[in-house]
Amino acid sequence: MAWNEPGNNGGDKDPWGGGGRRGGGDQGPPDIDKVIKNLSKKFNSLFGGSGGGSSSGGGVSRGRGLSAGLIAAMAAVVAVIWAFTGFYIVDAAERGVVLRFGNVLDNIVQPGLHWNPPIIDDVHLVNILALNTQTYDAGSMLTTDENIIDITVTVQYRIDDPVNYVISVASPLGSLDNAAESAIRHVVGGNSMDQILTTGRDRVAVDVEERLQSYMDLYSTGIVISQVNVVDAQPPDAVRAAFDDVIRAREDEERVQNEALQYSNRIIPEARGEAQQQIERANAYKEESIARAIGDASRFEQQLTEYLLAPEVTRQRLYIDSLQDVMTASSKILIDVEGGNNMLYLPLDQMMQRGGSTASSTAQELRDLANRIAPYLPGPGGTNAVDRSRLTTSGRGAR
Amino acid sequence: MKNFILVGLVFLVLVVGGNSLFVIKQTERAVMLQFGEIVQPDIQPGLHVKIPWVNTVRKFDGRILTEDSPQQRFLTAEQKFLEVDSYAKWRIKDVRQFYVSTGGDTAIAGSRLSERINDGLRDQIASRTLVEVVAGERDQLMLALTAELNETTVADLGVEIIDVRVKRIDLPDDVRQSVYDRMITERNREAQDHRSRGDELAIGISADAERRAVIYRAEAYRDAEQIRGEGDAQATRIYAEAYSKDPEFYAFTRSLNAYRATFSSKGDILLLDPDSEFFKYLKGGDLPQ
Repeated sequence: MAWNEPGNNGGDKDPWGGGGRRGGGDQGPPDIDKVIKNLSKKFNSLFGGSGGGSSSGGGVSRGRGLSAGLIAAMAAVVAVIWAFTGFYIVDAAERGVVLRFGNVLDNIVQPGLHWNPPIIDDVHLVNILALNTQTYDAGSMLTTDENIIDITVTVQYRIDDPVNYVISVASPLGSLDNAAESAIRHVVGGNSMDQILTTGRDRVAVDVEERLQSYMDLYSTGIVISQVNVVDAQPPDAVRAAFDDVIRAREDEERVQNEALQYSNRIIPEARGEAQQQIERANAYKEESIARAIGDASRFEQQLTEYLLAPEVTRQRLYIDSLQDVMTASSKILIDVEGGNNMLYLPLDQMMQRGGSTASSTAQELRDLANRIAPYLPGPGGTNAVDRSRLTTSGRGAR
Repeated sequence: MKNFILVGLVFLVLVVGGNSLFVIKQTERAVMLQFGEIVQPDIQPGLHVKIPWVNTVRKFDGRILTEDSPQQRFLTAEQKFLEVDSYAKWRIKDVRQFYVSTGGDTAIAGSRLSERINDGLRDQIASRTLVEVVAGERDQLMLALTAELNETTVADLGVEIIDVRVKRIDLPDDVRQSVYDRMITERNREAQDHRSRGDELAIGISADAERRAVIYRAEAYRDAEQIRGEGDAQATRIYAEAYSKDPEFYAFTRSLNAYRATFSSKGDILLLDPDSEFFKYLKGGDLPQ
């Protein structure tokens, strides 16, 4: 029963371990001999007088040495292999969790070359620095307003607690997948479709992250969620066209307003311009009217002054000047009614048609006639020509 | 001969040792049986010894396990069908009970759990509306379900449920189509709203612009006429001042100017009597000496 006691077992194992380690060293044979000696001593002491303590020393060294040597050599080879498999390298990003006889050792193995006794220790290497990304194309799901939405989420996670990662959950990554799917649907189910599609995308991501982390903590997966992104949130294909049309409608809403503003931007400045134009024209009219009035008044007053000096003759002159201008400008027919036929036929329409072509000659004749009769008109002869020229140049533009 | 004894002893030690030593990991739970009877209900992690061939050790996965239930169809309080896909997280709590009730098979335990979870979900969902299930009440639903299940599973199966979660809640295909139809009509309504609102505003903008344009023109007309009036008034005053000095002469000159203006084209035909004042010399009478 002594074999079954843990203390004895440990004691029994130790020399094996020690022998193995030394056997893995440089010098082979002498050490092996020592091991054999130790072993025989142990056996001898354990099983009392089966072999004489002195006899095992070397008296029968030949016959027993061969077979004991064979056993020892086999044991040594096993020990070397056992020892050699105990070496392992922990990468910079990794940590090692060691289970010694099933119990987790407190100290986590840091990066570097390490050795742990195989079989006794079970080493699990876990990458704790790598930021892993998992994409969940979670398919269509219900929103709180009973709409259906397609959503794709990426989850970035890291293993924060390698011990929990190794021992707590049967499948940490499977748990993450399940939890992520559940968390996404839960959060989506708590939001309306419009919130998710427009403003609430970031909030959905944050909520999923919090929720997923709480699941990870509850399941003790040792996983830390570092970020959740809503990559894509879209209405299902079956209703996509209607949603796109809403976007177009929003654009249309803006567009018609812009068109109206464009129209308004066209007609208002036009109206202002026209208003300005009207006022400018009115101002022009006003200035013109006043200026003309002043001019006319001035002319009249000056003329009046002169007229009052010689009313009779001036009156005559003005009258004849005017009539001359009138006669010169227009067609005329002299009819001596008393001496002529009572039944006078005048083809007026024909004369008017001809009027244009004969105008110049008639006008010239009249002017000559007027010039010829001018000296015979009453009034101071010397000033006559001067007055006439003044009147014609400053007079009506009808000529 | 002693050599053979030695070799035999070594082998004996190895065989007995291998059969009497065992390791329980922290990830495991185990019971020790002695001829089928449980003698050690919950062996702690570590290295242990047992009596070879007399004692047997049964190890079970002691970590948190996942029971992923297949999709099930449930009816909500308002008689709508839902396709629900759930999973449960559980672990062994009472190793003895677990071993006794399931024979230590986690698959059997899982399917037992699955049945109970589905029953529980059915009850919970049946008392809630679709919106409550989908949205806000999900947490409560799950907590209630977990608590309810744990009342029985620990005692019956030796299993503790840590969490029950719904992964998917979907509508059946026929309902889904009617949801799509409703969504489409909702969006059409929204689109129409946008377009009409745009038109409304656009018409308003145009009308406002037109009003302002009309007002600009009208005000300009008002101001312009006022200005013209001022001009007319001033001109009238000036004329009146000047012409009232000799109205008769004004009438005379003005008339003459008017004659000039009136008969300004060859188209105007004058029928004249040679006896008129203008032609009195033309007829040759009273020639001056």
